[in-house]
Amino acid sequence: MDDIYRQQIMDHYQHPRHQGELQNPTRREHDSNPLCGDSIYLDLNIDDEGTVQDCRFHGEGCSISQAAADMLCHVSRGKSISDLAAFDKDDMLKLLGIPLGPVRLKCGLLAYKILKVALVKHAMGTDGVEPHDGLKPPSQ
Amino acid sequence: MSRADFPIFNAHPELIYLDSAATTQKPQAVVDALSSFYSKSYATVHRGVYPMGERATELYEGARAYVAEFLGAKSADEVVFLRNATEALNLVAEAWGRPNLGPKDRIVTTIMEHHSNFLPWQRLARQTGAELVVLPVTGNGQLDMEAARRELQAGASVLAVTMVSNVLGTVNPIACLAAMAHAQGAVVVVDGAQAVAHRPVNVTQMEADFFVFSGHKAYAPTGIGVLWGRSELLAQMEPFLVGGEMVNSVSLKKTTFLDPPHRFEAGTPAVAEAIALKGALEYIKNIGFDSILGQEAALLELLLTGLGQIPGVSILGPEGHLREGLVSFLMDGVHPHDISGFLGEKGIAVRAGFHCAQPLHEALGIPATVRASIGIYNTEDDVRTFLRGLEDARALFTGERQWTTSTASR
Repeated sequence: MDDIYRQQIMDHYQHPRHQGELQNPTRREHDSNPLCGDSIYLDLNIDDEGTVQDCRFHGEGCSISQAAADMLCHVSRGKSISDLAAFDKDDMLKLLGIPLGPVRLKCGLLAYKILKVALVKHAMGTDGVEPHDGLKPPSQ
Repeated sequence: MSRADFPIFNAHPELIYLDSAATTQKPQAVVDALSSFYSKSYATVHRGVYPMGERATELYEGARAYVAEFLGAKSADEVVFLRNATEALNLVAEAWGRPNLGPKDRIVTTIMEHHSNFLPWQRLARQTGAELVVLPVTGNGQLDMEAARRELQAGASVLAVTMVSNVLGTVNPIACLAAMAHAQGAVVVVDGAQAVAHRPVNVTQMEADFFVFSGHKAYAPTGIGVLWGRSELLAQMEPFLVGGEMVNSVSLKKTTFLDPPHRFEAGTPAVAEAIALKGALEYIKNIGFDSILGQEAALLELLLTGLGQIPGVSILGPEGHLREGLVSFLMDGVHPHDISGFLGEKGIAVRAGFHCAQPLHEALGIPATVRASIGIYNTEDDVRTFLRGLEDARALFTGERQWTTSTASR
């Protein structure tokens, strides 16, 4: 049943592999679900060939938002921007593997949304890291 | 037991519904009132001079008279049918507040208001230049009465206050606040959304000037709410919405409006819902507030005691004081959404989030919370199952236990 997916989500939530900040990210993007208190920063290092060399997230929120961010970082590392452009919402939901209602959908897709915005801004050559879109910088 | 009166539990026998502060389930009597009106006597009101139209008008105006009696109002003409408490509060802010307030006025409200009793005043303050004063709560989750005395004495034109906090469960001393406010000539606006289904309300005794509530939180349908206002105030007010139903005569040059309450009911009203609201209030009255207060207090006690025994749980709201049957809480290391999602899959409905009271959460320095709230249909078993589910959620999300089908299902 869903158990294997749920265990996987709990595992990513409790033991995230890609949580943290990058030293000098080429891009840092943030978004939140103000109504649930989910808040995620996504750091990306994209090289000149357009490959995501490294990807990390930090923030707070429910198990689904945090696990989704960790899983998405895992998928993104080593991928080219064009590969990631083809990675769509359905792919993200497949990765999570459990049915999500309309409310939890926002949690499950928060990191995905941030990645997509980051990639668009990268493609447009928008300035990368500062000033955090006017939002408060990450703690630490 | 009253659980049997609610058809939702026939459709979902296992459902444990602990979200009545958001909206209540509907008793068969209310479903029947809606269905019977639509299938046997439906027509619009105040217009058709044919038997069915006259009957519909009698039923609609009869519902108004019943609401007036339920609230202890002096006259049915003081009861305006609207969509909900939100619309009623917007009406008061717009139709009474906007023409009467200016830069020298002070609007006093509290940090524990639902957004619906905060945003209309915040906007009104911006529009009129009036000062918005927000009273704090004490460490024990009660309204800071010292601050209330001080701020009201400094001058106030409006006091907008909730009777019961939808997050803290705090029951405010409305009569005392109203007396202080009236000493300054302020108009007292009371949000009764969390109160009417749970404790007796008497607008005359509490000396409010306006009192509002939503039907859907009191076992009535959605789409029907009530504004009660003192007749002298309602009489001075211009309409909020203009259109059909609320006019005396209309010409190209001049239009005259009906007297209250119909002046404030533009358009075809929610006739069926108003009639069913009467059914809901009759249902409450038949059970009786003595019995409701007793039952809800016993369940609240069980809930508070049980929550207090779960490690890492911190409870919001007054301790050892009068409070309503709703409890918001936090659990260390477990996000509120995970709790409500987990419980939801076990058929236990609780709310997670800011409960439309974001300024309060900010003032308390807490993120979203989980809220369990009691209704007339809840049982001790409901509370015990909820508490067991919460223990499971804690064990699972803190990593004490692994997810298996047995943890996930009841």
